[in-house]
Amino acid sequence: MTRSLTLRAAVVSLLFFAAFVLAWHLATRGAGATVAMDPEYAKLMGATATQGKSAMPGPLDVAQTLWGHLKDPFYDRGTNDKGLGIQLGWSIARVGLGYLLAVLVAIPLGVMIGMSPLMSKALDPFIQILKPISPLAWMPLALYTIKDSGISAIFVIFICSLWPMLVNTAFGIASVRREWINVARTLEVGTLRRIFTVLLPAAAPTILTGMRISIGIAWLVIVAAEMLVGGTGIGYFVWNEWNNLSITNVITAILVIGVVGMILDQLLARATRAVTFPE
Amino acid sequence: MSLFDDPFRSDRRLTAGCVCGRHASQIEHDHAAHAQTLQLQQQAATTATASEEERYQGVVASAVMRAMFPQDAARRAFLKSVGASTALAALSQIFPLGTATEIFAQGAALEKKDLKVGFIPITCATPIIMAHPMGFYAKHGLNVEVVKTAGWAVIRDKTLNKEYDAAHMLSPMPLAITMGAGASPIPYTAPAVENINGQAITLAMKHKDKRDPKSWKGFKFAVPFDYSMHNYLLRYYVAEHGLDPDTDIQIRAVPPPEMVANLRADNIDGFLAPDPVNQRAVYDGVGFIHMLSKELWDGHPCCVFAASKEFVTTAPNTYAALLKAIIDATAYATKAENRKAIAEAIAPANYLNQPVTVVEQVLTGTFADGLGNVQKVPDRIAFDPFPWSSFAVWILTQMKRWGQIKGEVDYKAIADQVFLATDTARLMKEVGLTPPTATTKSFSVMGKTFDPAKPDEYVASFAIKRS
Repeated sequence: MTRSLTLRAAVVSLLFFAAFVLAWHLATRGAGATVAMDPEYAKLMGATATQGKSAMPGPLDVAQTLWGHLKDPFYDRGTNDKGLGIQLGWSIARVGLGYLLAVLVAIPLGVMIGMSPLMSKALDPFIQILKPISPLAWMPLALYTIKDSGISAIFVIFICSLWPMLVNTAFGIASVRREWINVARTLEVGTLRRIFTVLLPAAAPTILTGMRISIGIAWLVIVAAEMLVGGTGIGYFVWNEWNNLSITNVITAILVIGVVGMILDQLLARATRAVTFPE
Repeated sequence: MSLFDDPFRSDRRLTAGCVCGRHASQIEHDHAAHAQTLQLQQQAATTATASEEERYQGVVASAVMRAMFPQDAARRAFLKSVGASTALAALSQIFPLGTATEIFAQGAALEKKDLKVGFIPITCATPIIMAHPMGFYAKHGLNVEVVKTAGWAVIRDKTLNKEYDAAHMLSPMPLAITMGAGASPIPYTAPAVENINGQAITLAMKHKDKRDPKSWKGFKFAVPFDYSMHNYLLRYYVAEHGLDPDTDIQIRAVPPPEMVANLRADNIDGFLAPDPVNQRAVYDGVGFIHMLSKELWDGHPCCVFAASKEFVTTAPNTYAALLKAIIDATAYATKAENRKAIAEAIAPANYLNQPVTVVEQVLTGTFADGLGNVQKVPDRIAFDPFPWSSFAVWILTQMKRWGQIKGEVDYKAIADQVFLATDTARLMKEVGLTPPTATTKSFSVMGKTFDPAKPDEYVASFAIKRS
């Protein structure tokens, strides 16, 4: 029964996809009005103006561009023109670094807050105020103080992935069942040992859920950050093609960003499943 | 005296007064001394020829003489009594002039070869961009990476952060940065103007019949940045037609690539923008060129090549080589017959990322105007590196007029400090151009003459103003 459900779902998915592509194709077929033009003048004009071609590319254009990028993802034609693969590599490296730093800060801090009701209460106002700030609002301040756009982008990733992890870790640690902690206390387990053998394993599913939320946010933010500072990365690629009003390339990049985001999310989802335990 | 004069002539002065005695103030002295250092180091950087070796010898010898005779009178008396050739012989016995000259020639090498220069992908940056694919940087011994940047604020921050050694900026930006308007004050210089003219007012197709600015009340316009010639020219233009740019129309700062998209989406009614944005709007059939900026003020500057004062003083040789490459490229771009090749060199994705025909129409001046006509305006964009100090004064008067700067403004001092006309003139000569002899000139904007000597009267003469 489940098998047939999966199969049916796949068929429905495909149908939706086909309908979407067909509608897209029909909408962009380009039957706009053409105006009679002097041939000399027409030569100086773009296809949108001369043939009434839609400014929006059709699915076939996008497929073609996508194929072109996939065929040669690592080309390097100078500082400002690199292949999609290289751009993605830059973005993933930035996200990876910022995220890793956030993990290193958020989990120890979260454990501390979770274990101490005093700290939890004392730090709460700061966390509540800092948490809802859009990471991009930090950008000008980061650029001004750090004085390096590459590190600023990493800092923005760090700050945006920090809060979900911190809050989830603190919550996870604080809600470990009292009996388990009491058992540990009865057995006279030291603080460090208690953290590593009781608290962290018990809170792991919650912590990993926080990490999963964070990686999603980090990937959302990197695109915007790179559009702002430019240079390299998938966000820069989008900006550069937007500059050329090349919607085809922008759509291609959007697809790729979606796929990479999904992969990152699935990785964390797997890790979450691995540490989940039945109560 | 010039550093290249013969120090063994008794009728020449080597030193006197404060430090050198030729200047009224220490500041003036420092400026000239800096220019002088630049000059000689610049010459040292070029390949050594026999005559240059002689010149170095002269430089080193005068330095030694100056050290030996801090009092100019004593030196002259000494030379008079023993004669120049005896003095030279005596001097070389106690001081190895030959070795010192050699050391000097080597020491004048470039401080830094790998540079990063930021640019915004518009045709104003043509000299900066083309110098890369067409080898002008390499010709002057530099390995320059030209980096495309997302916007004016970013290019400003990245240059202030020293991520870029120099950058393409709008001509009012170095003035604003130096005075701390919209940024913390940091001494900045604009040693070369990149282009003159080359902007246009583009309107949405639906305004085809509203060519009179008086009918523009309520229009929304876009300009690339608050501190831009575009902003000042647009304000000037509508104000001359009786509209107050702050209340009768709306002016927003929009990054150039988003202008065409906004025009298509009907978010704005038009823009005064750098090319290729105007031509791109025509190419995509969303707008028409209402007028070229050249019709407002023929020969107005737009963008400049800018570097921090710190870069100029800490790496004078590199700075001079870089500026020479830019001036060289600008000279090449001046010639109409080279424009097609330049368009092909700078259109690819690594640089402007635009269709070649769009860039070509901008640079050659044979373009579609969006109304069905092919216009031929060869000087639609022109290139002239000379940073007239009166340009800076005009820009400052407009900043004052629209309230971007407040209080008393020492127009001339700021203009001379930022627009380094003297340096440029010398380097222009070195690459075989003829620089103008003056640093200020009068010009007229929309038929109204601007006298750079009377900036305050000029500001006061406008009916619509904020100050």
